[in-house]
Amino acid sequence: MGQLQHEILEILRKNSRISDEEIAVMLGTDVESVKTAIKEMEEKGIITGYKTLIDWEKAHEDVVTAYIEVRVTPQREHGFDKVAERIYQYPQVKACSLMSGGFDLFVVVEGKTMKEVALFVAEKLATIDSVLSTSTHFVLKNYKDNGVIFNRNGKDEREAVVL
Amino acid sequence: MNIKDKVKPNILATPPSGIRKYFDLINEMKDAISLGIGEPDFETPWIIREEGIYSLEKGKTFYSSNAGFIELREEIAKYMARKYNLHYDPRTEILVTVGGSEAIDIALRTFAGPGDEVIIPEPSFVAYRGCTMFCGATPVSLELKAEHQFRIQPEQLEECITDRTAAIIIPYPNNPTGAIMEYEDYARIVEVLRDKDIVVISDELYAELNYRGRHVSIAQFPEMKDKTIVINGFSKAFAMTGWRIGFVCGHHDAIEQMKKIHQYAVMCSPTTAQFAAIEALRNGEPEVRRMVDEYNRRRRVMYDGFNRMGLTCFEPFGAFYCFPDIRSTGLTSDEFCERLLREEKVLTVPGNAFGACGEGFVRATYATSLDNILEALKRIGRFVEKVRAENRYAGAVTA
Repeated sequence: MGQLQHEILEILRKNSRISDEEIAVMLGTDVESVKTAIKEMEEKGIITGYKTLIDWEKAHEDVVTAYIEVRVTPQREHGFDKVAERIYQYPQVKACSLMSGGFDLFVVVEGKTMKEVALFVAEKLATIDSVLSTSTHFVLKNYKDNGVIFNRNGKDEREAVVL
Repeated sequence: MNIKDKVKPNILATPPSGIRKYFDLINEMKDAISLGIGEPDFETPWIIREEGIYSLEKGKTFYSSNAGFIELREEIAKYMARKYNLHYDPRTEILVTVGGSEAIDIALRTFAGPGDEVIIPEPSFVAYRGCTMFCGATPVSLELKAEHQFRIQPEQLEECITDRTAAIIIPYPNNPTGAIMEYEDYARIVEVLRDKDIVVISDELYAELNYRGRHVSIAQFPEMKDKTIVINGFSKAFAMTGWRIGFVCGHHDAIEQMKKIHQYAVMCSPTTAQFAAIEALRNGEPEVRRMVDEYNRRRRVMYDGFNRMGLTCFEPFGAFYCFPDIRSTGLTSDEFCERLLREEKVLTVPGNAFGACGEGFVRATYATSLDNILEALKRIGRFVEKVRAENRYAGAVTA
């Protein structure tokens, strides 16, 4: 990956709403180069989407998140991929990763209530054939997400004029 | 007795910084954006803060040696060698100071006194002039020009030198202009200074914030090294302004004398800051890169913004300031800044606060968030349009 692409990613990972024009100015290049670089990264799947970080608590919307450790029996020929696929197809599953260590799959599930999430785990996740066990951890409070600290006092407390 | 009558004339004659007015105005305002703050907007990186906290937890609350902990001076020696190819003996040629400010003060007090002249390129940081006057010496302004990108020209330097010249300040990367001096620029003024008995006080606090190649120090010229006092520190590079820690490097005969003033005036630099600074030099480099990259992006945005609205701005390659020329608005620096603050709630600093020759310019810092910069540029653009419309109207009426 080129230097320009790398620098564009540095900017976009912090603010995906920034315009191509603004990126071009920030990097001292022209808009066309930025557009081309971004398009190429989208096509190659380097950039897979543009999301918004939301503090749902402040939005007064109920979102419950659970981190679930799943132990599974790997299948011949497919290893863990097939069972992972069965799990990540559910829209309730926001993330799914194969892990080293004491369990196999790490699954992040979101729902409106704890009950909803618990039922999903009991009825859908735990009942998949190769799933041996699940261990569900509910998130009580988010301090930091994707490099962003929540509830930080962002006030500029510097003196207004310093020579 | 009126105590003011007893104050020494050279102290009385030193003007206070001329920006009090703006300070009072902005404090009454809501939603004002300050582009007037000459310090990083980043908090000190956590690894550095954590080291300071740890030192306090361990009860390390005592004086250090006057010159600073030897571990810190050794790290400074390595840093100066690695970054700038400058070699100083940590035992005798490095002194840890209370910020760059103390270093400026003790350097001037050591080498300038009544009857002496100190050459100060201006516009520049206000302390040089103040500290020179406190010593009873006379500041001689070397007026930097936008057409020279605010770099010192050898002919100008020749003109400023008299047989009373004791010292010259070399302030690059520069506050308030954002100018830098490159190797060739130094080569040309070294020609002038080489055979003169003039002490060079090189304030390199912004050395890390150079957006065009590597920072050059005049002390890198072998014939200049022994007569140059290099001032550097942690405030700007590592976002450590409030910790008050800097350092000065030079010939051991100079450091030994400066150390006496330092010892009697402040004993030693804050030790919590010294412990934090050791960590900064050992492991802070990636954090510095992160901040410099961020400044650089904002720099381009602000530089581009000023030029777009027709406020000519030379491209600043250092520090975190833009210094646009506002003469096309027909306003003085003071009028521009006061009206901009009252009418659009954006604070910039008039160029003449940094020396009379800064008139016609304003200083705007990009050490603030990108959102603030973009919003401020929008407001300044609106303001400049309004002033131009007024000028056209006034022109039409008188015509």
